[in-house]
Amino acid sequence: MRWLLQKDLRILRRSPLLVGLLVAYAVGVGLAVAVALDDTPDKPRVAFVNEVGDDGGEFSVGGQTFDAASYAGELFKSIEPVPVDTRQEAVELVRRGEVLGALIVPEDVVDRLQDTINLAGSGERPTLEVLYNAEDPLKTAEVQSRIDARLADANKALSDQLTKVAAGYLDILLRGGEFSILGRQFTVLGLQNTERILRAVAADLPRGSGDRQALERIIRFASLAVSNLDIARPVLQTVGTPLAVKQTIVQGADTPLEDFFLAIAVTLSLMFVAVLLGAGMLALEREEHTFGRLVRGLASRTTLVVEKVLLAALCAGAATVLMTIVVALVYELDWARAPLWLLAIAVAAIAFGAMGVAIGALARDVRAASLLAFLLALPVAFLALIPSGAVSASLYDVVSVVSALFPFDPALDAANNALTGGEPGMAGPLAHLAALVAGHGVLARLALRRFG
Amino acid sequence: MIGAEGLGKRFGERTALRDVTFAVHPGERVAVIGPNGAGKTTLLSLLGGVLPPSDGRVQAPAALGWVPQQPAVYRKLSVRENLELFARLEGVGEPDAAVERMLDQTGLRDRAGDELGRLSGGNQQRVNIAVGLLSDPEVLLLDEPSSSLDPLQRARLWEFLDAMRTTILFTTHEVSEAERHADRVLVLADGDLVFTGSPGELHRAVGDESEGFEAAFVRFLRERGH
Repeated sequence: MRWLLQKDLRILRRSPLLVGLLVAYAVGVGLAVAVALDDTPDKPRVAFVNEVGDDGGEFSVGGQTFDAASYAGELFKSIEPVPVDTRQEAVELVRRGEVLGALIVPEDVVDRLQDTINLAGSGERPTLEVLYNAEDPLKTAEVQSRIDARLADANKALSDQLTKVAAGYLDILLRGGEFSILGRQFTVLGLQNTERILRAVAADLPRGSGDRQALERIIRFASLAVSNLDIARPVLQTVGTPLAVKQTIVQGADTPLEDFFLAIAVTLSLMFVAVLLGAGMLALEREEHTFGRLVRGLASRTTLVVEKVLLAALCAGAATVLMTIVVALVYELDWARAPLWLLAIAVAAIAFGAMGVAIGALARDVRAASLLAFLLALPVAFLALIPSGAVSASLYDVVSVVSALFPFDPALDAANNALTGGEPGMAGPLAHLAALVAGHGVLARLALRRFG
Repeated sequence: MIGAEGLGKRFGERTALRDVTFAVHPGERVAVIGPNGAGKTTLLSLLGGVLPPSDGRVQAPAALGWVPQQPAVYRKLSVRENLELFARLEGVGEPDAAVERMLDQTGLRDRAGDELGRLSGGNQQRVNIAVGLLSDPEVLLLDEPSSSLDPLQRARLWEFLDAMRTTILFTTHEVSEAERHADRVLVLADGDLVFTGSPGELHRAVGDESEGFEAAFVRFLRERGH
């Protein structure tokens, strides 16, 4: 096997175009990933038009004054605002792709907010305008989800503030206290004090008298009001946030998008190099007519299968490590996890190599093997990336079974887990890959029986 | 010695070779001739151990050189690298010495460093045969050794083969080559061995020694319904 491996490496060294393409491919993918990761802003750029102006952004609730700008700040937590003066400028920026979207705060938003709070005006809710560039559905979806999330946060912050003010009113109504409206101070007696005073007055009236009975009815009302208003505060808080959300990940890891992107790049790079090389180098033995000579006692078919799998894995692994190093120049990797990456890359490279060799054993020449490898690799990657819920349950079951027959899906899981350390860990994907190595190896060995 | 006894080979429903029995003696040169599809390559593959027989058995020495029709060597490796690789895979005792011997024997010493893909078809076939000779075999099996060569390259190849003392069994569809270079011919037709003897005996079998060997061969087959 050593001599065969040495021979194949020598042949590859003398095929500069092929090796150049493979290295360029791996480095190219690495550079593309690196540039993409480096260029991905933490917050998407969104044009921001504030038509309200600096001095018109205040509204009052129950004598308290609030700055609308403090709620707009919620919107900027996950987007990078690009301030522009007019709606037209914002539209231009979106159209040219310089920003992913635009957020327009209209001039009348604060007035409408004030009217809504005061239960006055036309009753129209204050409305913010969001513009998207829908040429790229992925970008649109990202901007939409980020702005929607931030608007929900802003609404909640405002709602919390209004709830707080309303709760203050209730407190004064219940227990009494000072109250300010239109610049004038009022002292409110409060329902509890009212009930206490009324009870004292009722005690001085003769039992059974008409005045006492009337007063006792008012006391019962006050008592009932005190009891019910006492629970009004938690009810108000519940209305402000009717649903609390507890998020639990049932399957898969909470992987940062950048890490997942890198895992896909690693898996794709491994797959194309290993599958194409494994298929091509085995088919080359037949194209060169050396296969018959080799299996006539010089090397068994099993030895040839193992040797080609190792060759493909070695080259694909080296190319992928090179790609990862290129990515590491710009993207911070957790080097403490390097042994796990290498393990994932090694096992996945062997599995892809076995898949390639099985393809090479089925085809009769290098061109057919390469074409078959390419035609099979693309849909395999595509199927493995279909998320559950994107298709019907029965179709997803079929997709899952088909994906499980090829190494892309478990290799992606292994790479992902190696990068992030997420659950369910690497044991499952590695065992799956090992089973595929055996399966594809046996398939290749059986297919080679056809050739002498 | 190499030979076969009741040898047969079937590929599914199709019978490629049927009940073939013969023996080749040491130092003999035997040509296997016959029309296309007669079973010549199948016979050589069975003798060379490349294919398992369906019936009968093969008698072959352990040291057997097998040279397929197409050069079964690596075009990206040099002549020397090809010889070194196969010498090591063959487990030849002194691979370097065997390589030097083959470079001399093939007359390709001055091209030893050239990639095989840059050599002419004739020289590639020489290397192909040299690989078969690396283990110094008792018998050399050659499948259509001159089929892809021009007349000059063919003449050079036969000069090279005629200079060897090894027992040779070769297939060819050039019956003139069989007449010129073989001590004995085996005629295969539709998977059957229909004649074993010297070229002169084949002539005599058709009863007209004045006509050329090729014409006699064609008449022989026609008279037997092939």
